[in-house]
Amino acid sequence: MAIIEINGLSKTYSVYHKREGIAASIRGLFHRQYRSVHAVRQIDLQVDEGEFVAFLGPNGAGKTTTLKLLSGVIHPTEGTASVMGYVPWQRQTGYRRQFALVMGQKNQLWWDLPAQESFRLHQQIYQIERAAFEKTLDELVELLNLQGLLGQPVRELSLGERMKMELVAALLHSPKVLFLDEPTIGLDVVAQHNVQGFLRHYQQQRNITIMLTSHYMKDVVALCRRVVIITEGRIMYDGSLSGIIDQFGGHKLLTLQFSDEAPVDLKNFGKLVEVQSPRAKLRVDRSSVANVLGQILSKYNLVDVSVEEPPLEEVIAEVFASVNGMHEAELNKQQVLRNAGD
Amino acid sequence: MPVTSVNPQTWWTIFRISLEERLVYRADFALGTLMRFIPIVTQVLLWQAIFEALKGDDVAGYQYNDIVAYYLLVLIGRAFSSMPNLSEGIAQQIRDGQIKKFLIQPIDLIGFLLITRVAHKIVYYGIAIGPFALVFYLCRGFFSGWPDTVTLAGYATSLVLAFLLGFFLEAFIGLIGFWFLEVSSLLFVYMLINYFLSGHMFPLAMLPEPWASIAQAIPLQYLAYFPTQVFLGKIQGEMLTWGLTIQLAWVICFAILCRIAMHYGVRRYSAFGG
Repeated sequence: MAIIEINGLSKTYSVYHKREGIAASIRGLFHRQYRSVHAVRQIDLQVDEGEFVAFLGPNGAGKTTTLKLLSGVIHPTEGTASVMGYVPWQRQTGYRRQFALVMGQKNQLWWDLPAQESFRLHQQIYQIERAAFEKTLDELVELLNLQGLLGQPVRELSLGERMKMELVAALLHSPKVLFLDEPTIGLDVVAQHNVQGFLRHYQQQRNITIMLTSHYMKDVVALCRRVVIITEGRIMYDGSLSGIIDQFGGHKLLTLQFSDEAPVDLKNFGKLVEVQSPRAKLRVDRSSVANVLGQILSKYNLVDVSVEEPPLEEVIAEVFASVNGMHEAELNKQQVLRNAGD
Repeated sequence: MPVTSVNPQTWWTIFRISLEERLVYRADFALGTLMRFIPIVTQVLLWQAIFEALKGDDVAGYQYNDIVAYYLLVLIGRAFSSMPNLSEGIAQQIRDGQIKKFLIQPIDLIGFLLITRVAHKIVYYGIAIGPFALVFYLCRGFFSGWPDTVTLAGYATSLVLAFLLGFFLEAFIGLIGFWFLEVSSLLFVYMLINYFLSGHMFPLAMLPEPWASIAQAIPLQYLAYFPTQVFLGKIQGEMLTWGLTIQLAWVICFAILCRIAMHYGVRRYSAFGG
């Protein structure tokens, strides 16, 4: 059964459009121009209990807006959403007690006090029974290796330690649904790895539902089986990680090991990625792989050959870039039309 | 509007934790208290010169001694009703999005701020009581003895109400940040008016018309002038009861205004920002 259900969800912000210069600023005092920003457009999405879903998208794609909508911080312009049967933006206490939102760039702990104090406060705010609270806290502290740090003022902790403390604070009330907005931002590789390991373990053990946004592909590969790609506020893709390559990876990589020097006319067969004679890497359209390989085999002596999928990050970057390209083309078109109208 | 936790244990924990947090800044408090007495020295010297020139006449019923006692008592009133960094703090939270915390967690922002402010004040009094006691002891000659019990009880009540009024007034200004983002100029204007019309600068009885009537009609006099008048025995009996009732009415009025601002502010925030 779907624990999160989103239908036709849209959020449009109206933002003040300020033109450059002092004169324009003064005009802006009397006559303001507003511009609509469609942060999220007509999103439909179902997430089942126990799923770990990644939201991927370039900056400004609508990932954070979607998480804010689901957390009830903002309400939508259009559409409906239900999380555990609640409408998030009604902000009922019953709902607020059962989910958590962790933002990598915001902190919720009391800066000058040891994290322990913030945890006590959470125990009270969320009405967690003492025994349950202590058990959960011990467990989280052990999993995240935070022993000995609970009594230290938060401001004296490293960024990685602080992020872990944020996670503890968010999980103390054992939320059924967890929204993570770039939880590993700014962390070093080791800390990232620790946080990933913890999230994977915790999610499997508790079978909670997690939606994560991240810019690090490593987070996504390590944690999520399901990926939703969102660009320009629209869902471009919803499925498995490997499915992204099937759908968007328009080419494959051929690695050819020749018995002699690598031939010079290879570029006629596809795009040369790398040549280290006698080895060469060639990028070939998915549809013509068999054809190209046949031609090369009949023409040259090969020692070894392999056909690989392109790297995931590259494919996703291409998906983002293609959308940005479309966007820029659209803007240019508008500019031309406007100029023509002037 | 969401129902939020009203468990006393929750509020007690918030109180205890903010008490601890405030104690981190105890040195800053101690220094701040000492600084409070500095402006009063110049005021006292000024009035000394005025009364010497008047050769025994009073000003609006005040003799030199009364004036010094007045300024010292105004300091106590202000120690209850001034709310350093409350408005800016709220506006800042709205601007940088920290306010989200109160939309996500099952906790009420205004209740939370009130409790933390009580803790803040208690730590402040704990530290300020030393310097205050010293100054009042040294200046005991300016007072004509202790007031009676009824007056003292009235005075204590008016101080508590002054605290609540100061809190809701400044919290309200901070919540305007939902509409304007930056409230510092608004706060500056408020502080300026407050300085004159709360009786901080001089006793309001000295104001000419129409200013005296204006000062009577608006709530600012209850922040410092009114409690001081109560202590000095200038407001007694029925007038005292009536004054305290009006002070309480203003507290309730601004508490309601805060609720309304919060309600519509959050709606606006969730429609536009986030």
